[in-house]
Amino acid sequence: MTAMLNVRDLRAYYGQVQALHGLEFGLNEGSMTTLLGANGAGKTTTLRAICNMVRSTGAIEFEGAPLAGRSTENIVRLGIAHVPQGRGTFTTMTVEENLQLGAITRKDKAGVVSDIERMYDHFPVLKARHTQQAGTLSGGEQQMLAVARALMLRPRLMLLDEPSFGLAPLIVRDLFKILGKINREDKVTILVVEQNAQLALELADKAYVIETGRIVMSGSASEIANNEDVRKSYLGY
Amino acid sequence: MSAVQEVVTEAPAVEAVPKRAMTLGYGASLIMLALLIAAPLFVKNFIIFQLTMLLIYGLAVLALNILTGGSGQFSLGQSAFYAVGAYTSAILMEHVGMNYALTLPVAGIVCFGFGFLFGQPALRLSGVYLALATFALATAMPQLLKLGYFEHWTGGVQGLVVTKPDAPFGLPMSQDMWLYYFTLAITIAIYIFSVNLLKSRSGRAFMAIRDNEIAASAMGIDVALYKTLAFGVSAGITGVAGGLGAIAVQFVAPDGYTITLAISLFLGMVVGGVGWLPGSIVGSAFIIFVPNIAEGISKGLSGAVFGVLLFLVIFLVPHGARQVAIVAQQLIGKLKRN
Amino acid sequence: MELFTNQILAGIATGAIYACMALAVVMIYQAIDHLNFAQGEMAMFSTFFSWQLMQWGIPYWWAFLITLAFSFVGGVLIERLLFKPLAKAPILTNVAGFIALFAIINSVAGLIWDFTIKQYPTPFGSSPFLGSQLISTHQAGMIGVTVGLLILLYFFFQFTRMGLAMRAAASLPESARLVGINTSWMIALGWGMAAAIGSIAGILIAPVVFLEPNMMGGVLIYGFAAAVLGGLTSPLGAVVGGFLVGIFENLAGTYIPGVGNELKLPIALALIITVLVVKPAGLFGRPIVKRV
Repeated sequence: MTAMLNVRDLRAYYGQVQALHGLEFGLNEGSMTTLLGANGAGKTTTLRAICNMVRSTGAIEFEGAPLAGRSTENIVRLGIAHVPQGRGTFTTMTVEENLQLGAITRKDKAGVVSDIERMYDHFPVLKARHTQQAGTLSGGEQQMLAVARALMLRPRLMLLDEPSFGLAPLIVRDLFKILGKINREDKVTILVVEQNAQLALELADKAYVIETGRIVMSGSASEIANNEDVRKSYLGY
Repeated sequence: MSAVQEVVTEAPAVEAVPKRAMTLGYGASLIMLALLIAAPLFVKNFIIFQLTMLLIYGLAVLALNILTGGSGQFSLGQSAFYAVGAYTSAILMEHVGMNYALTLPVAGIVCFGFGFLFGQPALRLSGVYLALATFALATAMPQLLKLGYFEHWTGGVQGLVVTKPDAPFGLPMSQDMWLYYFTLAITIAIYIFSVNLLKSRSGRAFMAIRDNEIAASAMGIDVALYKTLAFGVSAGITGVAGGLGAIAVQFVAPDGYTITLAISLFLGMVVGGVGWLPGSIVGSAFIIFVPNIAEGISKGLSGAVFGVLLFLVIFLVPHGARQVAIVAQQLIGKLKRN
Repeated sequence: MELFTNQILAGIATGAIYACMALAVVMIYQAIDHLNFAQGEMAMFSTFFSWQLMQWGIPYWWAFLITLAFSFVGGVLIERLLFKPLAKAPILTNVAGFIALFAIINSVAGLIWDFTIKQYPTPFGSSPFLGSQLISTHQAGMIGVTVGLLILLYFFFQFTRMGLAMRAAASLPESARLVGINTSWMIALGWGMAAAIGSIAGILIAPVVFLEPNMMGGVLIYGFAAAVLGGLTSPLGAVVGGFLVGIFENLAGTYIPGVGNELKLPIALALIITVLVVKPAGLFGRPIVKRV
């Protein structure tokens, strides 16, 4: 089965500094995958490279179509939603406007309206605050908003960059439960980049470990979770 | 009105120039120096006068480079300091009978004070706001110089005529040539001073403020002091340039120091390469000669031709002459290896 | 006291000019995060264009509409051809670009239409407004159009998809791209709209200051000052700022001794700067929290 997302020999650069050294991996349709690694390993860079937000070379294919040379907004329009580090919420706009922005490229007005209702079902706290300015929401709520906004695109693939960052563990658990639900019910393929290895491995089917710009380990989530080196380096026991 | 504040992580408006790259290498500097010393020996007086103006505007652009390229403060008001320097020299020479050479340090100090004072209210402004404030200063200056109040000293709308000095000790050279070498000596001195200033602790403080004011302040740098200092130094050098200009042109008048001069100096800085001191003379050459070239190409459309030439320059070298120098350096490096 | 009130009213009347220009300035600022020094010249050129159409016999309102379209397209073209290539260049280089554009437009306009002053018609007539000696019908018309424009812009930004997209692109360009917005085209659109608004400003101003290539110089500076005073992110602020600048200018001319016409500009600017020192984001601007 050809992978939905295929990454081959990905090298990425920040100016003269090379951050990724020939990454290779694939995501199967419907899978939930996590990319683990320490700070500075290249996790965020990988997601940014997929969306052409950083200079890179190599071959990235999404559903058979090469992504090279496409602008970020065109890649997004292919059906790839990216929840960036820091969430990228439009803080000066209302919650509802943020959701509308998620769907700004869609032409089906009725579909957008019903999707917004669905988001409010997934995330009741957003409904309660839907006319509030997004910047007044708490960290956890903004994260939910960021995920909801990404879903408004009706993406086929969703990339999440450290969704647990700065959030209380209980909230992270809730968030991850919802991600699992979205993966199973809405059939959205998900790639989660995380420093919080434990939760990510509980959630995902498959896992990759990245160190200084290279993938050093790959396998099913349970394999990785039971791997002794991973346990020592990333899980603390 | 919203309760939510917009959080901005600001990239510096002026990009950092690595310290090493802020000057020329020794070889290039010596060649430049030799050219500057030899030049007037081969040309007529009028060209020598133009070369003198080249150095003078080069000084003014250099001053702006220290302020904007060094400390990141955007100024469209340098013409005001230039004017004050020019008038200081003119008034001291014509009303007090002071020797022309002595008027220059006075002009410098007066303008330093003026700039330092202006730097105070400017502390709370940056970017477009500072641009507007300095613009206001530049627009006000010609009007202030025309005020009846000061007319006895300034000569009002008609200005003052300035006597051109002879070469001292009966040296066998024309007034223009003497003035050129005099200006050259001062320019070199100020250039060396500026290079050292930017390499010094103060210079590093300037650049820290330019790159990230909040971080600089958090590191213990007295931002207020250094910002006003930068304004003062920049104004002082511009004032000396103004004084030299008054002597060279033999004339000061309010309409010679309008906002057009301030804008020209700004363009000179950009064309030379912001923050790159050696580029100041390239920028100066641009603002002196290109308008004449434009008028030569088309009298009726001289402004448009100038604009087109300016666009050409910024399309080809958006970072100014510094970009050309870097490319040249890389080429020389490659040649050396082969 | 009566003199004072009269000066206030007169200030509001002249301020309508600055308010209109300030709207165009804020429009461009929203798109590109800085001020375009050539905007006044673009407005001037559009106004001359409309005048030329009328010279060729085209009725006022048709000329107005055609000019609006011409200005919009012109603004987009200028951005695409001249400033998109400079998008990655330093800001100061872009500013040099604005100055170059200024020089080109001013020079070309001077060549095509020369520097003699021309009369420009107003659809509002110039009789006293409601019998008042201070505000003419034209000035009342200016105020009306400016306020109308403001309301239109408000609706555009708050209630249309395009307006929402433009706000997003101006607010957080990277996030905007991540929802599929082509931020590059949003900038071009911003230029087009700013040029169109500028042309309206020029067409309204010309009957008062008379049509000639240098007519917008002072107006643009006051427009900047008004926009900055109002808070660069707020169209409402721009309009209020415009009226305030008009009032400042009049009061300064009347009450500060020794201030003739020439010093009005710097004094007005000085007053504005003083306000800014106290309220750095302008009267209606969002306070900007700077993060290291």
